[in-house]
Amino acid sequence: MSQTKDVLISPIFNNNPIALQILGICSALAVTTSLNTTLVMCIALTTVCAFSNLFISLIRNHIPSSIRIIVQMTIIASLVIVVDQILQAYAYAISKQLSVFVGLIITNCIVMGRAEAFAMKNPPMPSFLDGVGNGLGYSVVLLFVGVIRELFGSGSLFGVNILPLVADGGWYQGNGLLLLPPSAFFIIGLFIWLLRSYQPEQVEESDFDIMPQSANTEAHHA
Amino acid sequence: MADKDSVKQTLIVALLICIACSVVVATTAVALKPEQQRNKLLDRNKNILAAAGLYDEDQHSNSDIPELFEQFTVGLADLEANTLLSAEQAAEQGIDLASYDQRKASKDPELSKALTGDEDIAGIGRRERYANVYMLKDGDDIQRIVLPVRGYGLWGTLYGFMALEGDMDTVAGLGFFEHKETPGLGAEVDNPKWKSIWVGKEIYAEDMSVAAEVLKGAVNNNSPKARYQIDGLSGATLTSRGVSNLVEYWMGDNGYGPLLATLRK
Repeated sequence: MSQTKDVLISPIFNNNPIALQILGICSALAVTTSLNTTLVMCIALTTVCAFSNLFISLIRNHIPSSIRIIVQMTIIASLVIVVDQILQAYAYAISKQLSVFVGLIITNCIVMGRAEAFAMKNPPMPSFLDGVGNGLGYSVVLLFVGVIRELFGSGSLFGVNILPLVADGGWYQGNGLLLLPPSAFFIIGLFIWLLRSYQPEQVEESDFDIMPQSANTEAHHA
Repeated sequence: MADKDSVKQTLIVALLICIACSVVVATTAVALKPEQQRNKLLDRNKNILAAAGLYDEDQHSNSDIPELFEQFTVGLADLEANTLLSAEQAAEQGIDLASYDQRKASKDPELSKALTGDEDIAGIGRRERYANVYMLKDGDDIQRIVLPVRGYGLWGTLYGFMALEGDMDTVAGLGFFEHKETPGLGAEVDNPKWKSIWVGKEIYAEDMSVAAEVLKGAVNNNSPKARYQIDGLSGATLTSRGVSNLVEYWMGDNGYGPLLATLRK
């Protein structure tokens, strides 16, 4: 039981796909200007990740290793198309805003990464939970970024005005940088910093330590 | 069971996966198609209503759209002959009004013409011969007319509708339903506050040239030209210029200009 729980919970903070593995950042930059799109994107990715893990795990013993990546891709792509079609039918306004990014879930490294790293080696149920867990880990970071960007960029949350903007006769001057994709880099950076201050064991060892300066005598020889 | 890495097994698995996935994808796509088309139509009609000032986000919901849309008389503008065709007249030209897709037509060499660099101030490349128009009529009098417009902004083409009052000069509304401008900067073309500046402005100067333009910065209200001028969007010079250009093009001699002149008489 504790192991099941671990599979579900650990990707949220302890082994977060964005913060620790630095995967799937591209969509985190693109869709986080407003919380509505962010939330829909989170649900879409979590769904795709969970079900792709489930289906791939179900047939994992039959997948020939020579074509395993393309089989995973086919399953993921089919799921993404299904999700995209459902959004277009039942959440048209949001699907218009997300436009190409739903389709790009296919190339989201988290989905492929979990399929290859977890679902290929584990039974269906844990795989499904691993997918949900990683989707939640992705969602936590996206929502964190989304709240900051929408609140301080456009003065609202879920489209509900919180800080009245100067443009609409209020007092708050929206921060234009937060509305542009690069700002998400800073916010994700801050998130990682926060997380690693709280859990210092996540800090990686540096690959190359800077060596102390060479002594005077050596320099003379050269 | 055969070795899962054998050629035969590989081919069988690949085939089965492909069949299973294509069945799932095809089923969803076909099953959801009617709903998706309904959404697209609803969205377009909502934008036409919004441009004409008949749709208020706070008062109306999606379910009101079909009823509100009934008010419009739908027609077709012939931009070569500069005439307005009713549904029957359009059918004589071989065009079914209900299924005419203006955007598709703008890419069809039969139904559109390529623009030269000088003509093409809006950056649209080709212009179709026929445009969908939506009119609010009182008897034979046109009270309001909604015209589709488009033009290049900063990142892509802005698609929208321009609504004019019955004098074919005063703006009743302008709105864009599809664009790729920067959120918070160029995408402020969607800002209701900015759109409301357009209402009541005039398009044509005394000599019937297009005078309406988006300025860089704010309009000086004491200027005699203020009734043609719109405040620019701050931080979005190229989008503002794009909107200015598309208004100049579509309201000008190569767009609806001559047609509007005949309607004015």
